Amino acid sequence: MNLSMKWLNDYIDVSDIDIKKFCYDMTMTGSKVERYETEGAEISKVVVGKLLSVVPHEDSDHLVVCMVDVGGSEPLQIVTGAPNVKAGDYVPVALDGSTLPGGVKIKKGKLRGKESNGMLCSLGELGLTTHDFPYAIEDGIFLLGDDCDLTLGKDIKEAIGLNDTSVEFEITSNRPDCMSVRGLVREAHATFGRESRLTEPEYTGVDGNINDYLSVEVKNKELCSRYIGGIVKNVKIGPSPRWMRERLRASGVRPINNFVDITNYVMLEYGHPMHAFDLRYVDGAKIIVRNAADGEKIMTLDGVERELTSDMLVIADENKPVAVAGVMGGEYSGIMDDTETVVFEAACFDGPTVRRDAKKLGMRTDASSRFEKGLDPRNCMPAILRAFELVEELGCGEVLNTVIDCDYGDNKEHSAEFDHNWINGFLGTNIPEADMIKYLESLDFTVRDGKAIAPYDRIDIECKADIAEEIARIYGYNKIPSTIITGVANAKRTPMQKFKAKIKSAMVAQGFYETATYSFVSPKSLDKLNIPADSKLRDPVVISNPLGEDTSVMRTTALPSICEVLARNYNYRNMSASIFEIATEYIKTEGVLPDELSRLVIGMYDTDGNVDFFTLKGVVETVLESAGISGYEVIRAANSKCFDETAAFHPGRSAVIVKNGKELAVFGELHPDVLENYGVGTRCYCAKVNIDESLKLSDSKKVYKPLPKFPATTRDISFVCDEDIPAAKLEKTISAAAGKILESVTLFDVYQGEQIESGKKSVSYSITMRSQNETLTDEQADNAMKKVVKALSELGAELRG
Amino acid sequence: MKEALEKIQKGALAALEEAKDSKVLEEIRVKYLGKKGEITAILKQMGKLSADERPKMGQLANKVRAEIEESLSNAQAKIKEKMREQSLKSETLDVTLPGKKISQGQLHPLNIVMSEIEEVFMGMGFDIVEGPEVETDHYCFEALNMPKDHPARDTQDTFYIDENTVLRTQTSSVQIRTMEKTKPPIRIISPGRVYRSDTADATHTPIFHQIEGLVIDKGVTMSDLVGTLDMLMKRLYGDDCKIRLRPHHFPYTEPSAEVDIMCFNCGGKGCSMCKQEGFVELLGAGMVHPKVLEGCGIDPEVYSGFAFGLGLERLTMGRFSINDLRLLYDNDLRFLRQF
Repeated sequence: MNLSMKWLNDYIDVSDIDIKKFCYDMTMTGSKVERYETEGAEISKVVVGKLLSVVPHEDSDHLVVCMVDVGGSEPLQIVTGAPNVKAGDYVPVALDGSTLPGGVKIKKGKLRGKESNGMLCSLGELGLTTHDFPYAIEDGIFLLGDDCDLTLGKDIKEAIGLNDTSVEFEITSNRPDCMSVRGLVREAHATFGRESRLTEPEYTGVDGNINDYLSVEVKNKELCSRYIGGIVKNVKIGPSPRWMRERLRASGVRPINNFVDITNYVMLEYGHPMHAFDLRYVDGAKIIVRNAADGEKIMTLDGVERELTSDMLVIADENKPVAVAGVMGGEYSGIMDDTETVVFEAACFDGPTVRRDAKKLGMRTDASSRFEKGLDPRNCMPAILRAFELVEELGCGEVLNTVIDCDYGDNKEHSAEFDHNWINGFLGTNIPEADMIKYLESLDFTVRDGKAIAPYDRIDIECKADIAEEIARIYGYNKIPSTIITGVANAKRTPMQKFKAKIKSAMVAQGFYETATYSFVSPKSLDKLNIPADSKLRDPVVISNPLGEDTSVMRTTALPSICEVLARNYNYRNMSASIFEIATEYIKTEGVLPDELSRLVIGMYDTDGNVDFFTLKGVVETVLESAGISGYEVIRAANSKCFDETAAFHPGRSAVIVKNGKELAVFGELHPDVLENYGVGTRCYCAKVNIDESLKLSDSKKVYKPLPKFPATTRDISFVCDEDIPAAKLEKTISAAAGKILESVTLFDVYQGEQIESGKKSVSYSITMRSQNETLTDEQADNAMKKVVKALSELGAELRG
Repeated sequence: MKEALEKIQKGALAALEEAKDSKVLEEIRVKYLGKKGEITAILKQMGKLSADERPKMGQLANKVRAEIEESLSNAQAKIKEKMREQSLKSETLDVTLPGKKISQGQLHPLNIVMSEIEEVFMGMGFDIVEGPEVETDHYCFEALNMPKDHPARDTQDTFYIDENTVLRTQTSSVQIRTMEKTKPPIRIISPGRVYRSDTADATHTPIFHQIEGLVIDKGVTMSDLVGTLDMLMKRLYGDDCKIRLRPHHFPYTEPSAEVDIMCFNCGGKGCSMCKQEGFVELLGAGMVHPKVLEGCGIDPEVYSGFAFGLGLERLTMGRFSINDLRLLYDNDLRFLRQF
């Protein structure tokens, strides 16, 4: 809502209050000011002048030399190229050193040898259009008319009324009453305590029975709670007076002609949209308020043909819809230059319907944005009366002294309980009851019988908390004391929150940086990952109104998110990357809402080749360990029954972690095809750990084990075996054979190449043994080692050296 | 014999005087004090002496030995000290050479700030509650006093899955779920991702984070809301920090307020950062609307409460002077490594 301060000052005098303070105080009582703008702020040293003489320039066929009286002792000589000036005209004169909109500076100079001491201005040069001054022309000097102050030398901004200040309010959706000058007058009255001079409109009218001109039928009374029709005959269409145009301009509405301007003026002043029809185009002289028929069409005022549906409300005549109720008029509903009889409409339409219709048709208008918030039908009559009053004031027609008023409003009182004790208890304040009543009355509330009754346009007042807010905002929010909530409260983190925190700190400690990626992705991201066409990952939660395809589905796997980040960093020429995120995956269910599952995703690369599969495996193992997960198995990813992402990995360099038959994680090197799809020219390693499942299998209980009393014995063993026997199997064999005294088996070398037969590998382990009860003898250790060698030989392993 | 001992002593002391390293000292020790050393050799001759002379000579020999030992140990100490000095000198480093770091990662800046806020709230007795991001229209809007076609919905451009399912536009949905399940007293914060259909630019992303708070109990007042926010801001930003409340409208609170914080840059004087206002908008808050309480089965005649919602991105950007919101979601390591 843009408020003209001139308009406001018509009804409450705040002209002596500094505009900054005005804005601040209004904001602090609840009418938030976004910004304010002073008209003509860029214009200086432009004054009213009178052309004394206009003679052609000797050395030019299009320039003229003017002598201009600007109220000084000597007339000024100014050269201009405009063709529309003659002696006797009053014009805006930009003096030497003056400024104009757009940072233009005017200095004296010579034009074809003739001194020119300034410039005569056009409308455009003053930042105006012919809407502001309909009698002026676009491409010529602005010849000032009778509606301007023609005192010579007068500052042009004063002279033509380009000196208003427009204040832009951010009006919240519960306060349609404040989308009007009168509503803001009320707020200013409560804020500054100054007298308000609002009056009720009055008009004289001419005798005549409206039923001879018009009939109105409201078919849907639920969606149209009131319809008032009035008639103005013998209308004289023309521009509206300057004061009206000025106020419209400052309010951001373009002046058109007197009747259109009157409807806009009333909308801005009373917050109630109006409409004016040309009676000639109302077929059968009958207004019908009804639902549209499905497929019915209307050409709206903006020249677009629109198809309607049966849930929309229209204003129709006998044959066709003439307006979409509360949204926009039809092509022929407007006022033309030759209009003779005008129908004024002041009606009240259902807010949600107007909102839906406007949205569906894609046309939010000043009218619909007011109706949709909910207007009170009682506001219709004052609005139409004000329109009549303005018609008479402007002398542009004869108003019939009868109206058609179809009123189905319930005239509900907007009120709530008023109990000053409850309010003080609720706010934590100590405001005297008398002060509360004073605040309410300043907002035009009536307090009686334990009730606060709001003015009818305060549709937001419903409960006692609403009354508390009214009092609090006028009292001052910042006078409310600051107190501490009482009562005992025990806050603790949930097991899941603790679990995630542990995982994050383990990742950070290992040198990984946390990322934040979007939860929605492109459906094509799964193609990039080689995910099979029949995968369950291909059935995502789809956003019906996405911003674009790239963000159109909720991710079913967090892997593409992390790949995307790796690729981006590779493109940024970051030499290495180690990243992780605890990301959510969204998986459809039978129920209403999808499952939202937490996953740890890890990504890394190093263009210098300092990371490999085993670096990643180490990271995954470390994070699992710190999360209290041990005793799991590592199997080849190809054997996974749970992770469809395995297709994204290198088949020989990827694995799955299984515990108690549950697959907890998949990790490995990305498939070369995937790297190609992402345009990454270095090997990348990724992992995904299912957090929800891992938490269930985690055991973080720590129990102290006594420190060993006896020394350990360590034996190294090297042997050659088939290359495809997994290390895990060898370790298991060694552990089982060594028996109880085994403390640890540590791999320290794997070798293939010279001296080793192809298809074989040489493997070396360090085996540590210890007894809890005694120092192991060599014999005991030797015996254990013999068993180990025997067990290994059963796998076909041969002891080396 | 006496002369011989004196000669030995003299010779030993002279040798010690000359000695320059511990190897020479050892040789001296062996030569004079060792099992086959000169003193031992002398002592072996004791038997030849008279009973009278023997104790005297014995004494003298011991004295000589003790003196040589003392001198030896002095010489050893001196040489050790000298060697230590030398080695320290030779081991001197250029301490301005770079250190060897053990690489450490870091949380995302959003989560650095999030953790801090969570800590403050936990300290004030707030539990942390999470809820679904894909949410029903009911929990996201209707239960928050925003029925379908409510104009306030326009302020939250919504992503829809279908007519009744949305990507939550605010974490207030978690508050409703909590109120339905939990009997007051309630004291929670609900942090998490929220979604609005805004194209990404320097100040918007379609995904961002909110931290909403809710307190419900008997006798909770608006002044408690003021006090809670005041304490939060002081703990986050120091005791000098000031907040300001402005009346506003949210369908789910009444009274409602927008809360500004004194501009960090100018301390309230007005500067370009705060658009000359001296304050920067920080969060929305208010007393929970009686309709919302009622809808969750909490009697508004018995209980009251307040709620507030913070934007994590705004706090994070302010904290680290980040000027473009998109950086937070770009995940460029050159950015992430700065925190």
